[in-house]
Amino acid sequence: MQIPAAIQRIAEHYNYVVTIFLMVAGLYIVIARGNMIKKLIGLSLFQTSVYLLYISPGKIIGGTAPILDPAFKVYSNPLPHVLILTAIVVGVATLALGLALVARIQEAYGTIEEDELFGQEGDQ
Amino acid sequence: MEALINMALLTLLAVVTVGIARQRNLFGAIILAGIYSFLMASLLVVLDAVDVAMTEASVGAGVSTVFLLAALHLARSMEQKPHHSPVLPMVVAVGVGAALFWGTVGLAPFGTPDNVIHKHVAPKYLADSLKETMVPNVVTSTLADYRGYDTLGETTVIFTAGVGVMLLLKGRRRRKAEAQSAKARSEAAQ
Amino acid sequence: MKRDLILRVIAKLTLPFMLLFALYVQFHGELGPGGGFQAGVIAAGMVILHALIFGIREAKRIAPQALVERLVPLGVLIYAGTGIVGLLTGVNFLDYSRLGPDSPHGHEYGIFAVEVGVLVTVSSTMIAIFYAFVERGR
Repeated sequence: MQIPAAIQRIAEHYNYVVTIFLMVAGLYIVIARGNMIKKLIGLSLFQTSVYLLYISPGKIIGGTAPILDPAFKVYSNPLPHVLILTAIVVGVATLALGLALVARIQEAYGTIEEDELFGQEGDQ
Repeated sequence: MEALINMALLTLLAVVTVGIARQRNLFGAIILAGIYSFLMASLLVVLDAVDVAMTEASVGAGVSTVFLLAALHLARSMEQKPHHSPVLPMVVAVGVGAALFWGTVGLAPFGTPDNVIHKHVAPKYLADSLKETMVPNVVTSTLADYRGYDTLGETTVIFTAGVGVMLLLKGRRRRKAEAQSAKARSEAAQ
Repeated sequence: MKRDLILRVIAKLTLPFMLLFALYVQFHGELGPGGGFQAGVIAAGMVILHALIFGIREAKRIAPQALVERLVPLGVLIYAGTGIVGLLTGVNFLDYSRLGPDSPHGHEYGIFAVEVGVLVTVSSTMIAIFYAFVERGR
């Protein structure tokens, strides 16, 4: 009866499994792809997987959203929501700055591919 | 039932991520990133994080897609085929993933009410929010009152990003020919 | 895109409701989901939609660039100002106890004020960044 127990473990932890997959996929896009806009998209994927990692443990099955109401007794944990709200907005701020830098790099070097940029740096 | 919706949305998220990694047309990758944000927002609603879901939908799928498309218009490129083999990044990524997976094995199963994180300050915030601040939305009262310093720092970060982008992108765009002729003139003057 | 009849009509119908929804999300952020960040982004989305359909010059008529750039630090000032009002009334920085007739009302007014600050900064920053990207490309 080993295999069903392992599958049950994975079903309970399915949130974490997919979170780690998304994190690793985002990391792979940042490392392996050369185009700068693609790297920024991968970085934002990585950040959203971290949001999942924070909010999944806060959920209580049978609870509801943390808005106080006399009809409900059990609420999900509001603290991760607060931290992640900040994180989302900071993420878009860094994305905007990164994209502004990409636009300036394109104007200065004519390309936003990492390999071509390193080639030009080597020539200069 | 909730668990089923949860698993279906998570699987769709993983599929869209694989699509983003393999898509070389940048416009397609940006639209897929918008779809990813919407799926993430739906998943956050299922996880009872309604404030976060509204923020993720409006910021991730709204504003983020607009900025990416605007930058794509300025940069106007398509992703090239990668020159290096993807073996080493794949090994690094799988290694990091395995280490993280080994770390999360010890976590409590999803959704248990006696998890350690429900025992510290969160019950105090849930119990006192209506009494002390007369605001039923505990996330808003925590954000603006109990954890007000962090929100001040966050507002300053948004302000800094706006100032930074304005510093980088204001002013007329110098065409490449203008930039090269300006460089040649400055080199001749030295 | 302003020659396309469907886009023009639907945009004209939707834009006022977007602004109304942004204000609703802002003021009902205490009673339901919402708050300053979401409202700011929805309000910025209204101006961005106007710019996408009718052109950047039309959008700058309803949200002039100089005004938007001056609003960016105003929100941070409102937030920090609420904290300093706490100092002036004799308690700690960002302590809202003395802003109203009694402590719970003071906290409610303080939360309302800082959310207005956040709305102003977030909406004007998103619009200013959008204007910066568009102006660079002309």
